[in-house]
Amino acid sequence: MPDVMESSEMRGEMRSCGSRARTVLLAAFVLVLGSGCATTASNPQDPLEGYNRAMFSFNEGVDKVLIKPAAQAYETVLPSPVRTGVSNVFGNLGDPWVGLNNLLQGKFADALSDMMRFLFNSTFGFVGWVDIASEMGFPKHDEDFGQTLGRWGVGEGAYVVLPILGPRTLRDAAALPADMAGDIVNGVGDIPTRNTLTGLRIVNTRANLLGIDKTLSEGTLDKYSYVRDFYLEQRRYKVFDGNPPRVYEDFSRAGQDSLRLGSAVDELAAASLEGLELLGVGGLASIAGADESVN
Amino acid sequence: MKRLLLCALLFVAAIVPGAFAADDKTPPDVLVKSVTNDVLAIVRQDKAIQAGDTNRALGLVEERVLPHFNFQRMTMLAVGRDWRNASAAQQGRLVEAFKTLLVRTYSNALTQYRDQVIDFKPVRMSAADTTVQIRTEVRQPGAQAIDIDYTLEKTDAGWKVFDVVVAGVSLVTNYRGSFGAEIRSGGIDGLIRSLESKNESLVGSKAGA
Repeated sequence: MPDVMESSEMRGEMRSCGSRARTVLLAAFVLVLGSGCATTASNPQDPLEGYNRAMFSFNEGVDKVLIKPAAQAYETVLPSPVRTGVSNVFGNLGDPWVGLNNLLQGKFADALSDMMRFLFNSTFGFVGWVDIASEMGFPKHDEDFGQTLGRWGVGEGAYVVLPILGPRTLRDAAALPADMAGDIVNGVGDIPTRNTLTGLRIVNTRANLLGIDKTLSEGTLDKYSYVRDFYLEQRRYKVFDGNPPRVYEDFSRAGQDSLRLGSAVDELAAASLEGLELLGVGGLASIAGADESVN
Repeated sequence: MKRLLLCALLFVAAIVPGAFAADDKTPPDVLVKSVTNDVLAIVRQDKAIQAGDTNRALGLVEERVLPHFNFQRMTMLAVGRDWRNASAAQQGRLVEAFKTLLVRTYSNALTQYRDQVIDFKPVRMSAADTTVQIRTEVRQPGAQAIDIDYTLEKTDAGWKVFDVVVAGVSLVTNYRGSFGAEIRSGGIDGLIRSLESKNESLVGSKAGA
């Protein structure tokens, strides 16, 4: 369609005109729809916020009555060295899959190191109970198929909170079947043994996180958005295996105040758009793209 | 007499482990390392902190750690763009409230410290740098090590920390989402109210416990 127009200048003018009209339209929409759905639309990567918040509190509920008490009992009963041993065994069982993902990402040295870990810990480390490989200079890595997909250039997609499993991006959720297939514990043929191991792994992992609970609930105004933003940022960090350059803005100087009003309207438009997407008016999403490109 | 004096000295040295005096000239890596080591040495010996005495941990943090942080800049980064719209008085209250929240939360985290090992990575900086990142790694059994990086800026009063990045996530800017939501629904004053009431509720729950 835009190809019909000859002058790029004219095209730009038309578009900015159109976007302004759309912004006004959207602002009007928000007024019409009322404040009923104007919740805390805070992150463009979280269009499913309504559902996500509900699932988040459901997971919190399950944790509170089931998983956390089990983890606390586990922590009380077993001495710390035993719990470390259990963590090491599960860590060891995970290493071949970690190594394979490093291989898929082209990180051959890391992949080799992971295989050496598995070899040494499985034998000299008593089935992984003692992590001697770390002492030998083969450090534990953290890889999964979601990270591999990210490395291959697959976008992360929307944030989604899964039942029990918790925070994921759409990409990481799509990678789950592969991660499950690559999971040694999941591949155990004997069902009772597999269930016992899975349960033990969940409780052990949760026990390792008991200390973070208090910090999370005391240190945040809104636990949901804090966890979401933390998860998204950390996944990006993991995909890039290190430190993406960090830019620190300086908000102490005034000077852009003249732009404030305009950007406030845009924010309003973006917020309303998020509400509309929730209502299933997906076609309007393209308008957001147009608005952003003008800014 | 001499031996008595020596004993007294040793005793003082034992209860004040490596009491470290930083001045304006202390390089950032030395600063982070000595403060970390000092604080952890104290926690390792303090049974009360290990048992979860938050107020004791709070005292330790206020005395040893706080002087090396720039909370003004931290709060600005946590609030983001809306910082410009806050009056000086509002900014002051935001800084105070955010500081209280952070200090209480992370003093609490100190009581969770057991015997993790902290490695300091080599520092890359030139003499002219005014911002520098000091990178550390916390090793713990059975899990991948956690990166904790401190970002410091050079000020007239020496190097000051203004960001702490844990496993790639800034503990400061991670607040921006929820702070922004508070500001959108209740303005700057709404955010101040939320922070202050959160702080009050924490003090209240402590007194009840």
